[in-house]
Amino acid sequence: MDKAIEPNRVMPLEVLDLSYDAGGKTLLNKLDFRLEDGVRTVILGPNGAGKSLLLRVCHGLLQPGSGSVSWAGRTPSQAGRELAMVFQRTVLLRRTVADNIAHTLAIMGVPREQRSSRIDTALKEAGLSELEDHPARTLSGGEQQRLSIARARVLRPRVLLLDEPTSNLDPGATAAVEGMIRAADADGTRIIMTTHDILQARRLADEVLFLHRGGLLEHTSASEFFAEPKTDEARRFLRGELLE
Amino acid sequence: MSEVFSAVATAVELVVRLDPDLVEIVALSLKVSLSAVLIAALAGLPLGAAVALVKFPGRRGAVILLNAAMGLPPVVVGLVVYLLLSRAGPLGELGILFTPAAMVIAQSILITPIIAALTRQTISDLHEEYDEYLCSLGAGHLQRITTLLWDGRFRLLTGLLAGFGRASAEVGAVIIVGGNINHVTRVMTTTIALETSKGNLNLALALGIVLIILAASVNAAAVLIGDAASKRYG
Repeated sequence: MDKAIEPNRVMPLEVLDLSYDAGGKTLLNKLDFRLEDGVRTVILGPNGAGKSLLLRVCHGLLQPGSGSVSWAGRTPSQAGRELAMVFQRTVLLRRTVADNIAHTLAIMGVPREQRSSRIDTALKEAGLSELEDHPARTLSGGEQQRLSIARARVLRPRVLLLDEPTSNLDPGATAAVEGMIRAADADGTRIIMTTHDILQARRLADEVLFLHRGGLLEHTSASEFFAEPKTDEARRFLRGELLE
Repeated sequence: MSEVFSAVATAVELVVRLDPDLVEIVALSLKVSLSAVLIAALAGLPLGAAVALVKFPGRRGAVILLNAAMGLPPVVVGLVVYLLLSRAGPLGELGILFTPAAMVIAQSILITPIIAALTRQTISDLHEEYDEYLCSLGAGHLQRITTLLWDGRFRLLTGLLAGFGRASAEVGAVIIVGGNINHVTRVMTTTIALETSKGNLNLALALGIVLIILAASVNAAAVLIGDAASKRYG
C-alpha cells in the first residue's frame, strides 16, 4: 500500500530494505532506517563503506536495486527541488562565480528579475562577494566548495545532502565550510552529510549512521555512538584502526 | 635561383599593392570556405552534440564512422559531388556544377565530419564532468545541451577554425566540381595549381603567401582563443 504523501513536509526520510548491486558486488546491503526532522545526520564510515552511494540513492541520482527511499511518502524525484546535493568533487561550470549561481537559478526557472538579489545574498553568505566576477574554477579548494554549497542553498532546499564536503580541504577551509553547514542548519535546512572524518562527525553530528561494507551497523545519537559504540567495527573505527 | 627570388619579390609586390586579380581570387576563396564552414557548423554542431548525448543502438559505430570521416579523401568527395550534380546525376537539374555553390557543397561535406567529431568529443568530455550536477538539478535535455554548448563554446570555436583551415587549403574537390574557371570558380588553391603548371610563379607564390598567412592566422586565433578562455573561465 502506498504511504500517504504529506505535501508540506519532506521529512521523514524512510529507507526500507535498500540494496544496490554493481559489478557482481553488493555495495549497499538491505539498509533500513528512518531519519526525522530537526537534527544533523552524519553518515560515517571508512572509504568504500557505501556512504556516497547511499547519499546518491537518497537524492535519486541512482536507482536502488531493491527496496525503497521515500521523503514524507514521496519518491526522490517527487521530492525534487526540496533536495539539493553538494558533491565531494566540486563541479563548477566554466563561468564566473556569480554566473555559476545564475545558471542554477535559470535552470530552476527563477524569474530573471529575482536572480540578482538572490545571487548577492548567496555570495554574501558564502563570503564570496568580492570574487563574484572571478572564474569559478580558479578559486581555491575551500572557496570552490563554499561556492558549491552557496549554489545548492540558493534553491532554498529543505534538505541539503553533502558528500564528504571537506575531504580535500585544509583546517581553515574546513572550518569555513562547516560554518556554512551550521548556518544552513540554523536556517532550518535539514543536513545529511557523509564523512570519514571522526573529528568532523563529533563536531557536526546530532545522530550518526555508521556504515561498513555496505551495511548499516549503527544508527544512534552522536553522543551515544561516540560514548558507547555497540559494534566491534565502530569501536575499532573510532580507535583509528584500519578496517578491512 | 635569381628567377625564384624575382618571383618572390613580384609576389610580395602583388600582395602589397592588392592586385585586383589576387583580391578577386582571395575574396572568392573566403566566400566559399566561410559559407562551407557555416553550413558544416549548422549540421556538425547538433550532429556531434546528439552523438555525444543521445543513447542509441550503434552509437559506438557512429563515433568510429564520424572520426573516420574526418579523413575523407577530397578528390573522392569531389568525384561524388560531381556525379550528383552532373547533368545525368540525380541533382543535375539544379544546374550548379562548376559554380561556387558546388564548391561550397563539396567543402561542406569534407568539413562537417571534422566539426561533428570535435563537437562530439568536446560535449562528451563536458557531459561526463557535468552530468551528476545537471542531474541533481533535474535539468531537461534542452537545458543540458545549451549548458554544454555554452561552456564548450571556445573549444567548439577552435573546431570551426580547424574546419575553416581544412576548407581553405583544400584543392582536390573544388577543382573537380568548380572547374577552376577564371573569374567564376577560381580560388587560391586551384589557381596555385594552375599557375604553377603554366610556369607563372608570381601569382602562384603571391597566393601561397596569402594562404600561409591565413593558415597561420587561423592557428594563432585558435591558440589565443583557447588561452583567453582558459584565463577567463578556468
